[in-house]
Formats: sequence, structure tokens, C-alpha cells
Amino acid sequence: MSSSSNEEIRRYAPERSNVDDKEVLAPATKQANIKLSIRKVNAWFGKKHAVKDVSLDVKENSVTAFIGPSGCGKTTLLRCINRMHEMTPGGKSDGKVVLDGLNIYDKSSDPAIIKRRIGMVFQKPNPFPTMSIYDNVAAGLKLNGVRDKKLIHDIVEQSLVEAALWEEVKNELHMPGMGLSGGQQQRLCIARALAMQPEILLMDEPTSALDPIASSKIEELVQHLKEHLTIIIVTHNMQQAARVSEYTAFMYIGELIEYDQTKDLFKNPHKELTEKYISGRFG
Amino acid sequence: MTSGSVHINTDIKEKVSSFLVGDRKRRKIGDKLFHGLVIGTAAYTLLIIVIVVVSVGLGSAKIFSYEGFIGFVTGTNWNAVEGRESYGALPYIIGTLMSSGIALLIGVPMSIGIAFFLSEMAPSRLSSPLSFVIELLAAVPSIIYGLWALFVFRFLIKDWIETPLYNTLGPYIPFFNQAPFGLDVFTAGIVLAIMIIPIVSSISRDVMRAVPNTQREAAYSLGATRWETARIAVFPYGKSGLLGASILGFGRAVGETMLVTLIIGNAIGPAAIPTTLFSQSQTLSSLIANEFNEASSDLQLSALIGLGAVLLLLTMIINVVARLMVSKMVKVSPGDRE
Repeated sequence: MSSSSNEEIRRYAPERSNVDDKEVLAPATKQANIKLSIRKVNAWFGKKHAVKDVSLDVKENSVTAFIGPSGCGKTTLLRCINRMHEMTPGGKSDGKVVLDGLNIYDKSSDPAIIKRRIGMVFQKPNPFPTMSIYDNVAAGLKLNGVRDKKLIHDIVEQSLVEAALWEEVKNELHMPGMGLSGGQQQRLCIARALAMQPEILLMDEPTSALDPIASSKIEELVQHLKEHLTIIIVTHNMQQAARVSEYTAFMYIGELIEYDQTKDLFKNPHKELTEKYISGRFG
Repeated sequence: MTSGSVHINTDIKEKVSSFLVGDRKRRKIGDKLFHGLVIGTAAYTLLIIVIVVVSVGLGSAKIFSYEGFIGFVTGTNWNAVEGRESYGALPYIIGTLMSSGIALLIGVPMSIGIAFFLSEMAPSRLSSPLSFVIELLAAVPSIIYGLWALFVFRFLIKDWIETPLYNTLGPYIPFFNQAPFGLDVFTAGIVLAIMIIPIVSSISRDVMRAVPNTQREAAYSLGATRWETARIAVFPYGKSGLLGASILGFGRAVGETMLVTLIIGNAIGPAAIPTTLFSQSQTLSSLIANEFNEASSDLQLSALIGLGAVLLLLTMIINVVARLMVSKMVKVSPGDRE
């Protein structure tokens, strides 16, 4: 099985997607622009099979939510998308994740470059504690060899504006990032990710450590960001998924149970498990 | 069953509440006792430092009035002959700082390298046994290192490191221009480095392990390689801890006595000032160890205790400077630790 042959990948190209994987593909993605195709992704923690044969397509400039009870593998699946999962001790994954025709699990693709194209925001805000607000945002640029100070400055400002943090911090850019409130720190982390000009932004329960007001700011932000980004968000909070996302994938014990447009999935789920979960009967 | 259970519940309630009331006194006494005990142990540390400072101060009063504090610290002679007595600690201060400095210069980068490998790179089936070996090395008494250095290692250092350095750099750089003998400040520094590496690397490894994974992932998510992740996430976060580990190593090297006495060459007076890397020298503690047994006069004894006072002061200064350095670095808010 030549996993990376062009034939294979083309079969999952947007216009032809849904040929083989009727069950797992959202109906509405048939003609839409597909930014990312996940095919038969499996992930393990040591011996624990955390993600089982998941396939789905992600539409460009949309918000896709992964929901499911704790331990269902939604975060692990998210971390497979930018090859972060394999950085955890005991973490192993295989399958295919195709970004614009490029299989990121191909031997020739560089995990570091993948991460530059697919940004990530984590559950707990994790700014670099020894860096200023400015340096936090500039960290990725400097790391990747950008030396042009004017350019760095422009990108830092733009990223902070996009992350809706600029107005709050523009006069204290050289203060430590840790001095900000939790919600501001999380937006700082979003700005840090945006500075890399990613095409996809992965958000791993980005509001779970925040209060409701800070959370709603992040949700608002997500709505703006999807205009030029593709966003995948993992959330515990079904209301949040319903509010922010166009597509929702429901996972249970490592398997993708149902994947559909958010409004359909929440209104009339096809699977009994989904129905039980969204009506709060387990989880 | 319902009415019965209500009855039982009130019964239990009464019993428990009477038990709580009755027990309250005993618990209060226990609390007070514990309170006093803990305060006592805390007071002990204060008591010890007071006793040490007072006895060292009293013991060295004679020499400080004879030479003056500045005179003692800046003097270079060491003459115990009656009538011509002259005592100065400067050569030994320099010897101490230089041997410990060499130890630090060699030991700290090695230790951080070891710690980085153990915490960031090695798979656990490799890092666990390696860590164990390092703990084991940390437990080796320093005199063992000293004896090994005296009988084996110094010849290797002389033949393989010192002589080539002397031959190549000696003619051009005065600092290397002395025919090496093997028992000198350089050898002492290297062996001290070997002595401090296990403890410094063991602590540094713990420091790096304490860096939350979220920090590493933040760096990875920006496309950082392993080394870049260390540079922007692991080292900055662990900076104060790594500095602390280094200072601890420095403290050990400064205070180390027998090992140094065996291999530093034990020079006395102005000759003990290490003018080259391969000079015979002497440290504060090694001179005390060398002469304490044969101290013939009260003044000489006082001079040796004076060396102790200087050593005490030196370690205090090092500690204070280290603390200042740590507190100057950007603080990590406790909320960020996992």
C-alpha cells in the first residue's frame, strides 16, 4: 500500500471526497473547499488506542468543533493534526492528514514546518514566562529567522490586533506576559500563534481555564478569525460548539460517531449515542 | 426502615458530636506542642549561625587586631616564625576562587548537558539507569576522588592536557607558561569539577523536569526544534533553578578541603598566588587543614580561624549575589507551574 501516492490523495480531493467515506464525511462538504482531510488516523498512548480510524474533511474558513466526553480522543485527534501527539512520551500515530494535497505524515514532511502552517492554542494559557508581551508574539518569528525589525514590529501589532488584545496592551508591550489576566494571556497565546501566519488554527479547549466573560471574548474572536483562517476547536462545552462552529464532530471512546453541520447534529442527530450525549444523558 | 434509620442517624450524630467536643482539648494540646516543636527546630538554625559567627569572630579577633581586617585579607605573607609573624589570606582567597572557578567553568556546562540529555532527550529506559548512576556518583565521598586524582588522574592531566597546553600556548600566553607538574590549581579545578558534576547535574535535571510540558509544547507549536525548544522554553523557565544548582556546586567546590589539599600543591605565602594555570597554590580550607595540627602559637591559630572567617564571608557573599541574580531575573508566577 503506497500510502503517499498521488492517486490515493486525489481520491480525497474536495471535488471527489465522499466517494469512499460516506459515513464519516459531512454531507455539506461535498462541493465545499476542503482545507484538510483526515484519513484513517489512529493514535496510541503506549498501548492505549486513543483514536481509532478517524476520517473527516475540514472546510476552509470554517470552524469545526470536536466534542465528546472526557477521554474520547478529541484532543488527541487534534494533536495528530499538527503532529504534536508524537511529541508526548509514548505517543504514536499513523494514518493520513492531508493539508492542501500534502500528507503531513509523509516521510518527507518536516514536523517543524507543519507546525508553522498549523498553529495551536492550548487548554491553559502558556505564554513564555520570561518574555515580554512583545517578545512572546515575536518568539515564533525570531525562531524562524525573521530578522527584519520593522516586519517583526508590524506583525506583532497586527497579530495583537487580530487577537483583540492590542488596545489593552499597546502601552505595556514590554511588560512580562505573565502579568496579564488569564483571558488576556490566552489571547496573547492566540496572537503568538497568529504571528506565524498559520493556515489552520487548532484550539484545544481554549476557554476551559477561563471565566465566562473571558470565554465569550475568545468565542467572539474565533468568529472573526475564521474569515481568513480555518479553525478546529476541541471543547467540553456543547453550547460553545453550537455557538461557534459550522461543523461538529462527535467522538466517543476513540471513534468518530457522527460528523455533520453543527445545526443538524444538534437538532436531529442520526446516531443514538450522539442524541444521548447532546441531551446530557451521559458524559 | 425509614423511621428506624432516622433514629440511628440521630444516635450517630450525638455520638460523633460528643466525640468531637471531647477530643477538642487533646487536639488543641497536640497543636500547641507541634507549634512549639516546629518553632524550636527553626530557632536551631538561627542558634547555629550565631554560635558559628561568634566563635569564629572571637577566635579570629587576635589576628584581625594584629594585621587589621584589610591587612589580613590583602596580605600575601605567611610567616609563623616568632618575632617576624606576618599573616595574609590573599593568595588563598585567589587560590580558592580560581580552583572553584575552573571547577564551575568545566562542571556547569557538563552538568547542564547531562541534565538536558536525561530530561529532554533520553528515553526513560536509558535515563532511569543513567540517573541512578549519577546519584551514585554524587554519593562518592570526595576523598575518594582526591586519592584517585593523586595516584592516577593527575598524571593523565599532566601528560594529556597540561603538557600540550603548555607546549602550544605557553610560549605566547604567560598564563600557560609554566612547566606543568600535575599538582596544581588546574588539576584541583578539574577534579573539583568531577566532584560537583553529579550533584549539579542531578539538581539541574530535576529543574528541567519541573518545566511544565505546556511550555515545551508552546515552543513546538511555533515550529521549534528540540534545541530551540530548550533555548526558548526550558532554559529560561528553569533559569533560576539552574543558577541555584550552579551556586550549590560552587559552594561545594569553595568549601572542599581534603581533595584540594591532596592535589593543589600546597604552596605557602606569595608563591601560593596562582600566576599561571599550572601554579601550585592553596585554598583557604586546604591551608587550615594543612596547618591546624601544627599551629604553634596563639596568633597562628587565630590566623587559621581568620581564614575560616574569610571563607565564611566568601560563601555568604556568593550566596547573596546568587540570590540577587535570581530575584533580578523575571519571576515566574506560581500560577503557571503545574
